[in-house]
Amino acid sequence: MTAPITISLEVNGERVDTSVLPRLNLADFLREYLKLTGTHVGCEHGVCGACTVRVDGEIVRACLMLAVQADNASVETIEGLSDSGEIADLQAAFRDRNALQCGFCTPGMLMAAQDLLKQTSAPDREQIREHLSGNYCRCTGYQAIVDAVESTARARAGRTA
Amino acid sequence: MKASAFAYARATSVENALELLADQGDRAKVLSGGQSLMPAMNLRLISPELVVDIGGLAELRGIAVKEGILTIGALTRYVDLLKSTEIAAHAPLLADAVTHVAHPAIRNRGTIGGSLAHADPASELPACMVALAATIVVRGPGGERRIAAREFFTGIYETALSPQELLVAVDLPVAPRQSSHFFHEFARRHGDYAIVGLAAQAVINDGRFADLRLGFFAVGDRPLLAGAAGKLVNVAVTSSVLSEALSALADELDPQEDHQATPAMRRHLAKVLLARSVSELLSRPELHAGAFV
Ligand SMILES: Cc1cc2nc3c(=O)[nH]c(=O)nc-3n(C[C@H](O)[C@H](O)[C@H](O)COP(=O)(O)OP(=O)(O)OC[C@H]3O[C@@H](n4cnc5c(N)ncnc54)[C@H](O)[C@@H]3O)c2cc1C
Ligand code: FES
Ligand code: FES
Repeated sequence: MTAPITISLEVNGERVDTSVLPRLNLADFLREYLKLTGTHVGCEHGVCGACTVRVDGEIVRACLMLAVQADNASVETIEGLSDSGEIADLQAAFRDRNALQCGFCTPGMLMAAQDLLKQTSAPDREQIREHLSGNYCRCTGYQAIVDAVESTARARAGRTA
Repeated sequence: MKASAFAYARATSVENALELLADQGDRAKVLSGGQSLMPAMNLRLISPELVVDIGGLAELRGIAVKEGILTIGALTRYVDLLKSTEIAAHAPLLADAVTHVAHPAIRNRGTIGGSLAHADPASELPACMVALAATIVVRGPGGERRIAAREFFTGIYETALSPQELLVAVDLPVAPRQSSHFFHEFARRHGDYAIVGLAAQAVINDGRFADLRLGFFAVGDRPLLAGAAGKLVNVAVTSSVLSEALSALADELDPQEDHQATPAMRRHLAKVLLARSVSELLSRPELHAGAFV
């Protein structure tokens, strides 16, 4: 039973049918099988948040999920969110506010920030900090990231008002 | 690091999961949300030969209320507890506690059954179960067992579960009217494991505690239902009554030393939480203010 297992899932809207070893985690599957290297791998034990992706619409740690567990699921990565334009404004705000330096944490930060903005239209800084508290950044000191998320929330609220 | 190789089986029913576990003994591990199992496997702290994935078992999911009992299926995730109107109405302590568990991406996968079976002494939900007088429902080759939460947790990462058994649900008495709760933990950062925490459930009549259950966590090898609560029930709580309860609590604690805190610091923080919970539950701020002078 350590043999490969067939799985069928959707990744960024495209059907993927393949077989994988049980020990392969979802982050490595995305990076190595599908060459979707925007999903980063830092700690591999759930602490840093660099591997955050969306599974069936909810953010999860891709390093703590087996690829075989994603059978029948719909997975969205940072590439999917970028290409669809869903987070174009958030990405622009990150650039404008200097909310990234090396960029290692950025894909996970964007996934987590977008998750918050979908659930809460006008989060305060405290809520932003809390929602991003599982994502580590070695470079920015977080202030600029919170600024970028806050200004995106304001701009989106203005647009829909 | 990566997990070492293992075989994987997706259980098709509870029966099927139990058969797989019976065959493999302690070479197999149950996979629920994976939020503790996967890190342990990635760090090679454990290397099971077979992983039995119970994640697809609809029969282990869901929250129901019947005849004064709230039943929560093992696969109910933290995020489901947070969003549930039944939990908000009948076990608000749990809803409060979950906001302190890990971070959103982890709360989307971690389950109540996994948290209780994992039995980390710094975890929030085991202490809630003790405070809420929960019954842990377990199924194994010999049928169903119902275990009081106080007997379920037996040590650090140790429970009354055998490797052949599944935790299937928890039963909680619905919170009575006139009850209230208190939840607080000291952690270095919101979402981190607690340095010391308290989950408390109380029934208050005419300004006195008719019942008070204090579930401390991260103060020993398992959640502690503090006997010190006995000093506070059915009496007018004065600052001297509270002092007695505080020293009784200090006597029954046996906190551990780790990189976060010394035993003395944990004792102190536990006393702070006791005083704070009593003053908040009774709405008497002066009690907390006076407790440490
Ligand atoms: C970064 C990070 C931070 C965290 N912070 C916290 C925190 O602050 N507080 C906290 O409480 N937890 C925290 N956790 C742990 C998290 O809550 C886990 O989700 C939880 O401990 C285990 O639940 P699970 O469903 O993921 O179980 P799994 O990881 O799937 O399983 C955990 C263990 O329980 C066994 N098991 C699982 N389900 C069953 C069952 N139904 N019957 C029998 N055995 C079973 C497994 O075999 C395994 O040994 C954190 C985790 C991470 C990665
Ligand atoms: S790599 Fe997944 S959380 Fe760090
Ligand atoms: S920008 Fe470098 S880790 Fe965040």
